[in-house]
Amino acid sequence: MAAPFPRWVNTLARATLIAAVCTLVGVPVALMAWVRTPNATRRFQPVAQPIAFDHRIHVTGQHIDCQYCHFSVERAASAGIPPSSTCVPCHSTVWMNSSALSLVRQSVATGTPLHWNRVNALPGFVYFNHAIHVNKGIKCENCHGRVERMARVYQAAPLTMSWCVDCHRTVRAPTNCTTCHR
Amino acid sequence: MSAAALPSPGIAQPASDEWPLMRGDPTDASLTDAVLAPLWHSSPAWWALFAFSAAGTLLLLGTVAYTVMVGIGTWGNNIPVAWAFAITNFVWWIGIGHAGTFISAFLLLLNQKWRGSINRVAEAMTIFALVNAALFPLLHLGRPWFFYWLVPYPATMNVWPNFKSALPWDVAAVTTYFTVSLLFWFLGLVPDLASARDRAPTLLRRRVYGVFAMGWRGSGFQWQRYRVAYVLLAGLATPLVISVHSVVSLDFSIAQLPGWHSTIFPPYFVVGAIYSGLAMVLILLLPVRRAFHLSGIITEAHLNAIAKLMLAMGLMLAYSYVIETFMAWYSADAAERYTYLVGRPFGPYAVAYWIMTVLNVLSPQLFWSKRLRTNTAALFLVSVGILTGMWMERFLIIVTSLNRDFLTSSWHIYMPTWVDWGILAGSFGLFGFLFLLFLRFVPSVAISEVKSLRLELASRRRAESSHA
Repeated sequence: MAAPFPRWVNTLARATLIAAVCTLVGVPVALMAWVRTPNATRRFQPVAQPIAFDHRIHVTGQHIDCQYCHFSVERAASAGIPPSSTCVPCHSTVWMNSSALSLVRQSVATGTPLHWNRVNALPGFVYFNHAIHVNKGIKCENCHGRVERMARVYQAAPLTMSWCVDCHRTVRAPTNCTTCHR
Repeated sequence: MSAAALPSPGIAQPASDEWPLMRGDPTDASLTDAVLAPLWHSSPAWWALFAFSAAGTLLLLGTVAYTVMVGIGTWGNNIPVAWAFAITNFVWWIGIGHAGTFISAFLLLLNQKWRGSINRVAEAMTIFALVNAALFPLLHLGRPWFFYWLVPYPATMNVWPNFKSALPWDVAAVTTYFTVSLLFWFLGLVPDLASARDRAPTLLRRRVYGVFAMGWRGSGFQWQRYRVAYVLLAGLATPLVISVHSVVSLDFSIAQLPGWHSTIFPPYFVVGAIYSGLAMVLILLLPVRRAFHLSGIITEAHLNAIAKLMLAMGLMLAYSYVIETFMAWYSADAAERYTYLVGRPFGPYAVAYWIMTVLNVLSPQLFWSKRLRTNTAALFLVSVGILTGMWMERFLIIVTSLNRDFLTSSWHIYMPTWVDWGILAGSFGLFGFLFLLFLRFVPSVAISEVKSLRLELASRRRAESSHA
């Protein structure tokens, strides 16, 4: 009876064993590494908006405070995306006929809000509250990065749970499950 | 170091002149042929059973898919009876697995050579029972696709699983047990897979068995390494017989519920586990022995030994029942007393209590009779009874404690739904499906161990005759 395998199968068998071990170890390690990359957390990826609103011009150039537009940040869970009428006091005198602002004028005239695209998204089971963070002295840029230097806004923080919990532990903020998950 | 080097009180304790460990006058070749025959030829009976168990597996797939798509609201459990069928089935299946390790590892270290004829079936049973056992806590999570959250790995959540919760303990216990059982089973299989490779009729089969035999040639060097590894693994597996079901029992005894909060639980559960496992071994072994004509290798001596073990386990379990009930009375705690003295024997689930008592405590008493210990019909029926009784025991522990705790506001009668029954029935189907595949593709008796037993018996006979 002939041997069931040719001799080179020995090498194949050893290579398969090594490959199996590498796969068993490598795939979980690779997945754990991948979830930490900006690709998985959607970090540093500028989000396109219906209007080319440039924070550099408004914040760095004109020294407008964050809270002028994001006015509910001290009082509410959401910092607030400004309604189109927020633009009117200034833009009724500057750049009033610019084509870049036509969507804003249309929105104000018809009373339909603009559809801004969300930059920082948290899952529905996270009950984040801006007011408590701002009132306890956390600065906007601690989480949102240097928005005044962004042409198009991107998510600056990884927004993973470990990123939240690390800070909560450092500043001795509560870390009960029910602090964020209700 | 080998198993044979351990202190040897004699190779054949359960054997006697009346019941030898091996019948007839087989040769090595005829033993190999007898064990390997089912691998090359199937039978209509096998196909009928296979179709039946495949239908059961489909039922399991269907009910599990329905549960996953709709949610565990399709089950009867709810607060306060949150565990119910899923955990009953989990404890029952994992308990059944224990006899496999008991027979293969415990008895190996105790040098009980008779285990060689039945350990393969018992170990396969362990693995398939564990597959079923693992299914239930996973489904019970509600979102089984997040099962990996139970594993302590460096997650971006920066939180670890709650080590005070029973759930991560179960994960550790079951995965350890499954890994060691699988390795032990496979290691034991290697020489037999090589036999199958050498005897396979087609090149494809020779190659498939050849891959799994991993180049085994049966040289003295290989055997020496093999025996060392086998005994070492047995040493690892032996404590697991005790630890795994102890961990499972702590899932209950850490709670304060009447009927759960008891220190007797670990030994009580381990005994019950081995008890139910031995019953399952018999249920599988008796038909295999008849269908594959193995009564020359699996003799009355084996059946007698298993029946005696079952009787011993049954007595220990009965002792646990008595002590548990006595301690409930002795504690003078109203809730404990109610659960044990009124709730279980006379409450809404009293039927389960009396089935459990009759089948677990009374039915094994038949095995005081030597004749019944080798009567296959009696062994089979009592084993079915014990498995039923053990399922009832777990159901009773879980449901009667949860359904009526200290507060009237959390009293609730639990009833299973058709999905609960479907998953339970389907898990039998999956178990049978896997076991039938095992019978057709893997040598169902450890050929190498039986052959070495034959040589030892022959040399002992020679020694005795020359002495005389």
